[in-house]
Amino acid sequence: MPTIDPEAVVGSRITNQSLSRWLHSLPGVDKVGLEARTASLGTRSIKTASKAWALDMAIQMMDLTTLEGADTKERVRSLCLKAITPDPTDLTTPQPAAICVYGDMVKHAKEALGKNKIHVAAVATAFPSGRASLPVKIADTKDAVNAGADEIDMVIDRGAFLSGNYLEVYKQILAVKAACLRKDGTRAHLKVILETGELETYDNIRRASYLAMLAGPDFIKTSTGKVSVNATLPITLLMLQAVKDWFDQTKIQIGVKPAGGIRTAKDAIKYLVVVKETAGEEWLTPKYFRFGASSLLNDVLMQRQKLTTGHYSGRDYVSVD
Amino acid sequence: MRLEVKKTYKLFIGGKFPRSESGRVYIVNNHKGVFLANVAKASRKDVRDSVVVARSAQSGWAGATPYNRGQILYRIAEMLEGRREQFVAEIRELTGQNEKQANQEVDSAIDSWVWHAGWTDKIDAVAGNMNPVAGPFFNISTNQPTGVVAAFAPQDSSLVGLVNTIAPAIVSGNSIIAISSETLPICAVTLAEVLETSDLPGGVVNILTGNASELGSWLASHLDVNAIDLEGTSNAAELEMLAAENLKRVIRKGSYSRTGATGSLQHILDLMETKTVWHPKGH
Repeated sequence: MPTIDPEAVVGSRITNQSLSRWLHSLPGVDKVGLEARTASLGTRSIKTASKAWALDMAIQMMDLTTLEGADTKERVRSLCLKAITPDPTDLTTPQPAAICVYGDMVKHAKEALGKNKIHVAAVATAFPSGRASLPVKIADTKDAVNAGADEIDMVIDRGAFLSGNYLEVYKQILAVKAACLRKDGTRAHLKVILETGELETYDNIRRASYLAMLAGPDFIKTSTGKVSVNATLPITLLMLQAVKDWFDQTKIQIGVKPAGGIRTAKDAIKYLVVVKETAGEEWLTPKYFRFGASSLLNDVLMQRQKLTTGHYSGRDYVSVD
Repeated sequence: MRLEVKKTYKLFIGGKFPRSESGRVYIVNNHKGVFLANVAKASRKDVRDSVVVARSAQSGWAGATPYNRGQILYRIAEMLEGRREQFVAEIRELTGQNEKQANQEVDSAIDSWVWHAGWTDKIDAVAGNMNPVAGPFFNISTNQPTGVVAAFAPQDSSLVGLVNTIAPAIVSGNSIIAISSETLPICAVTLAEVLETSDLPGGVVNILTGNASELGSWLASHLDVNAIDLEGTSNAAELEMLAAENLKRVIRKGSYSRTGATGSLQHILDLMETKTVWHPKGH
């Protein structure tokens, strides 16, 4: 895998000042243009064979998520069983990419998934607020990695980012990335959650995307799902532009994961259209695009049943979760 | 002289008045065959959207107290009374009935709402039961709404037929997708405006105007619809077969009169399920 020299990208030694200069030299986001572009992409009609493909792809890109204070071992186990057999009435249904849980649930998820290829993703670094000291965040990450997590979803320190302390944010991502290393030398995949709902402006989201990418994660992710504004299409488009430009510049391909608030198959298909038209088909794979969602799967399954049976399905025909 | 304000007749879905998703309209003529209005022609996707909102509204409506449901049904009667003149004018224009006949039809529609309003808290008193069983148990049967009802209002009635199709479904806590008469749909849209201003939660009643044969199979085969009322359909036998595939409750064409100022308790019960509870008695 190609690597980059952060200093070459930024153009000088990495200091808070140089990071600040670099990030603030990024072009401003055209808000009206961005929203108009997403609105026009959202009207595209995807039918029959393309729709069937899109629904199956959406399932394969899903990080099936349960992140509740009330999570139990049993709940995680039932979610894992659902991931293994999403639709018992149709065994051709593909499996989602991963199960996304809190760190202490990783071992239960691993156990329930057994030899299946479905990954276990763990949220770490004092998710969802990210308000803890760095040693605690690193310990949180190591704990999940040691329990067998294949992927780590970390949150950035939004307080530091908003107050202009970019170096701190950057260093924390590097430290967490180092904590993702396993004893055998392999590394758990790292997703960096920007929590776009707290970043206030599109310009900030663009800057946060670049700052995160500089630290070399595998994915950048929109949201925790725990604040009032979660993933939206314009934000996802903006982040897809960022990873595409980053790829053109550095030849390093980074994935995007919108999370929170994506509940219907129709929404999911709109996201896929935006991926195809913004980043390109290279991103139209679970390796580089994921959905963080919990209720989305049932809606996609119902739409899938409609396509295969010819009549509308209902909630009684998919599992309760 | 002022310009005439023409009305756009739209659908009633989830407490809102959208145009048909398909963008289609069809022409409605008055009783003399003269153009009266363009009315929205619902498509299968309007049906799909209606079922989604009807499903999400149903539990809240069923969870309201019977007393509260009765008040709201009575409120519908009040609001309908306030719009009497409009309904009379529309019925006369559509069907050519004279003023007295049109007034009688509106009377029946209002009275039917009041009649149904009275039933909300009495259904279980009449149709529920304490069953004698050979064991130390209280054994109680109560009636629960079946869920989401799809109903085709009679084709030959503009108002009272529709009221006598909707009221028996929602009185017990069902939500409904009602397809109005295709040729007499104007009162249905006005009734939707009455419902919208009657404290009825959005989505409990959804009214679609359009062609029953086109929409019938989608509703009959829909797995998330619990019961279907085939009164206003022209292909009832075919729809009964589709409904049987997914074990829907079916009200067959011609089962109940829809013209009167009173309904039928059996009609209400046809759209309910019996729940029986065994509760241990002390020893």
